[in-house]
Amino acid sequence: MKKIFEAPKSLKDNLFHYCPGCGHSIIHRLVAEVIDELGIQERTIGVPPAGCAVLAYNYFDVDTGEAPHGRALAVATGLKRVLKDHVVFTYQGDGDIAAIGTAESIHAANRGEKVTAIFVNNGTYGMTGGQMAPTTLPGMGSTTTPGGRDVVRDGSPLDLTQMLATAKGSVYLERVSVATPKGIRKAKKAIKKAFQVQLDGLGFALVEVLSPCPTNWKMDPVPAYEWTEKEMTKIFPVGVIKDITGYDKD
Amino acid sequence: MGEAAVRAGCRYYFGYPITPQNEVPEYMSSRLLQVGGTFVQAESELASINMVIGAAMAGARVMTSSSSPGVSLMQEGISYLAGLELPAVIANVVRGGPGLGNIAPAQSDYFQATRGGGHGDYRTIVLAPDSCQELCDLTVKAFDLADKYRNPVMIMGDGMMGQMMEPVEFPEAIDLAELPAKDWTLTGAKDRPSRVILSLLLNPKVLEDHNFKLVRKYDAVTREETDWEEYMLEDARQVVVAYGTAARIAKGAIKRVREMGLKVGLLRPKTLWPFPDKPLKDLTRVVRQLLVFEMSAGQMVEDVRLAVEGQAQVHLYGRPGGVIPTPDEVAHQISHYYYQAGLMDKDQQSGRQGGAA
Repeated sequence: MKKIFEAPKSLKDNLFHYCPGCGHSIIHRLVAEVIDELGIQERTIGVPPAGCAVLAYNYFDVDTGEAPHGRALAVATGLKRVLKDHVVFTYQGDGDIAAIGTAESIHAANRGEKVTAIFVNNGTYGMTGGQMAPTTLPGMGSTTTPGGRDVVRDGSPLDLTQMLATAKGSVYLERVSVATPKGIRKAKKAIKKAFQVQLDGLGFALVEVLSPCPTNWKMDPVPAYEWTEKEMTKIFPVGVIKDITGYDKD
Repeated sequence: MGEAAVRAGCRYYFGYPITPQNEVPEYMSSRLLQVGGTFVQAESELASINMVIGAAMAGARVMTSSSSPGVSLMQEGISYLAGLELPAVIANVVRGGPGLGNIAPAQSDYFQATRGGGHGDYRTIVLAPDSCQELCDLTVKAFDLADKYRNPVMIMGDGMMGQMMEPVEFPEAIDLAELPAKDWTLTGAKDRPSRVILSLLLNPKVLEDHNFKLVRKYDAVTREETDWEEYMLEDARQVVVAYGTAARIAKGAIKRVREMGLKVGLLRPKTLWPFPDKPLKDLTRVVRQLLVFEMSAGQMVEDVRLAVEGQAQVHLYGRPGGVIPTPDEVAHQISHYYYQAGLMDKDQQSGRQGGAA
């Protein structure tokens, strides 16, 4: 019998702890598939965040070093400066990369650190129970925005990836969504490209992934996926935000 | 300090400017280039210490330096270094505080340095040099201790030492290839299972075990590494306890009071943690008068009191705020307590007895 589908080598044989319908499981798999396809498992170091993906070391079968909340890109800088021939990636949520770690993100991008950042945007602090995130949409409910996010009271969603585009050292920035099969295929392509940028030593690369959080959005998985596709993309449109790689467009 | 670090095999420095220690990053930025190392000027001390974490995970000999307000920002990372059991060297060139304070020499970060400073049950090894030569020697030692115990080591100097110029004899540069291999670093899962370095231990029992493992390590550090200097203790009736720049000033003061016939010595902790409890306690068998002199409002004095367990009178001469007292001022304090305790009379009595014998 011919095996036509199997788990990626770069994923450990552990059951995901993520909630039903959570986008993390899909994104983990995409990252692992890319690591397999590029043949870099033996020289990849992952830097998981604080947040729901804090347990990512249970899943990625690569060396991993845990960063304090928001500091993943500083830790990744230290790792990559020592291990220049290795592949270093961070895996961070919106609170991690776009609130507490904003400074570390902008300056890692500005220095053109040759690392890859996977930025999972689900518009909420999932691990701590659904508080307002920097990316929470206007009107969107959270446990710290009674009546929904009020932009006058709470500020507007922050588009970190757009901000990073102004940094000279960022080479490739793309926003994708894992809410549809088509989106998932695009997300994988983008993640692969972001790793390729690092392998080619071009500079900083980041993929922002819009990802549903049915539990904290208080939605069933199917409506949560539909909401991601319809509502989140209004504020965070998917597509290439910056690409100065010089690679052929496809 | 920079040159000593390079000779100790440090090839990675991450830091952020702050007075009075800018000479260190400035030196490292060009010196590390010459030896194929890496210098990164980070966007903050928070970023610096986390870059240190990354480089330590990769197995490098790595350091950062800063001064008081910057070291406050680094406390998060120092707690992680301790929890993750990563070796790294952090130099604090202490200035006056709290808050922005000033840029004058002070010792007011004693509590922060010796109590951990960050969150959680942990210890940082703290070395306190009193001269440029010792700063050089202890910098080399700091890297060795960090690797030996997989623990952050802090070098605690002050603005005086940061700006002082003295001749220094540098050690031979070590051969990095001769250092013991580290079998825990993140270097890619090639021909071995993947490794994880983490401090998240959700199961309370597992975290308790980890904490007790750290405690055993700290016990070993206390047994093996406690270090201090004894100066004119042989016949001393009163002993000054001081470290770093304060100890140097105290030596000058002791020379002066010795000329007046006062039998005073100095015990100088070279490791602030582990603190030299035992030599202090042993001292109380013959000495009942201790004077703690520190350039802070009264921090180390608490450790001295804990060490002597009530067996000696412990006085404090604390000068905070970046003030550097003169040896004369310290000598005045010494003689004040010496006379107050009636030690002069005892000296005369023992002198008479000695004469009669």
